[in-house]
Amino acid sequence: MTTTPAHIEYVTRLGDNALILGQRMSEWCGHAPVLEEDMALANMSLDLIGQARMLLTHAGKLEGKGRDEDQLAFLRTEMHYRNLTLCELPNVDFGRTMVRNFLFASLQVLLWERLLASSDTELAAIAAKSLKEARYHAQHAGDWVVRLGDGTAESHERAQAALDYLWPYTAEFFAANPTDEAIAAAGIGPAWSELEAAWEAVVVPVLNEATLTVPARTPFKSYGKFGRHSEHLGHLLSEMQYLQRTYPGAQW
Amino acid sequence: MLTETQAWDVLHAVPDPEIPVISVTELGIVREVHARDGGLHIVVTPTYSGCPATEVIAQSIRDALVAAGAGEVDVETRLAPAWTTAWITEPAKEKLRAYGIAPPSGDAAVGGAQPIRFVPRKLACPRCGSTDTTRLSQFGSTACKALYRCQSCLEPFEYFKPI
Ligand SMILES: [Zn+2]
Repeated sequence: MTTTPAHIEYVTRLGDNALILGQRMSEWCGHAPVLEEDMALANMSLDLIGQARMLLTHAGKLEGKGRDEDQLAFLRTEMHYRNLTLCELPNVDFGRTMVRNFLFASLQVLLWERLLASSDTELAAIAAKSLKEARYHAQHAGDWVVRLGDGTAESHERAQAALDYLWPYTAEFFAANPTDEAIAAAGIGPAWSELEAAWEAVVVPVLNEATLTVPARTPFKSYGKFGRHSEHLGHLLSEMQYLQRTYPGAQW
Repeated sequence: MLTETQAWDVLHAVPDPEIPVISVTELGIVREVHARDGGLHIVVTPTYSGCPATEVIAQSIRDALVAAGAGEVDVETRLAPAWTTAWITEPAKEKLRAYGIAPPSGDAAVGGAQPIRFVPRKLACPRCGSTDTTRLSQFGSTACKALYRCQSCLEPFEYFKPI
């Protein structure tokens, strides 16, 4: 298989999604509402960072310029990141964190299932491993979305506000540019049009059970996966990359 | 130099760093052992992507084999097929139970449509055997375990989740 720029771009997006959400979720360490959820969030964050390590290592090999996982994670600036905007948004509260995890993990489960059949065998191997983890993440977050949405007046209100805020960013999951078309044509990944209906079929029944109102689609568009990010990514990177920027090449 | 059989014997005694009552072979992460000129080639399949023990495990495998006189040891990490709790041996499951960790049972979390209002399985308490137990958290001290509490003996315990 000859490596195309689209292939590198696609694997980088998958790695960046895992890395940036993993970093965001790790901010809860020591701050979650209860100890059990503090541990759950830290563990899921570790799963995502582990997935990011495999994906970025793979992207670096595909690129063939000698960049490893660390160089890709710590030495790129915002415009070179390809994560979904949803992953970089601030946590704000536990409700928004759980709604985001649910929307994202539900996508990941479906995506990893399809990537088991990727023509990129390394990516298929990473998918098989990540799928097992994503299923537990989706179950954990889905459980909380129902508990919060169908909970007290306060938890319902905050879960609904979180859903209203995050929902417009999910349109980006299914946006396609020539990269996505090349990936689908090469059998590396699924077409997003097929995934959108499958994702809604999983997500909407849970939101209904949670007594939450699914917002209508709006013309709002975000473009993180095409390299145009919100203001939040730069702040996240400045913290995540601080050590390598201050002491270039530091190892321990 | 060690033969492959001797190398397996050494590895049977290398403990998992998180759960020292079982060995790395009982956990099912050592997939292949090959003797080659001047040393050994070991194939390892890690458990969870983010498992912090992965590097420690590779190092302890290397150290144990070198100490036993294996010569040069290289450890290859192989992703596919992905590690599954089905590779944990039956005797190891008993050791887990005796150590206070409920061993993996039943099916892993399923894909596609998740059951809404998922009701966790009733597990037997590894201490007193009572099935009057409740799940406190889907994630315990490590990603591979969930946290439960026994309502009979009132002790908390961990459950090694099936994946
Ligand atoms: Zn008990």
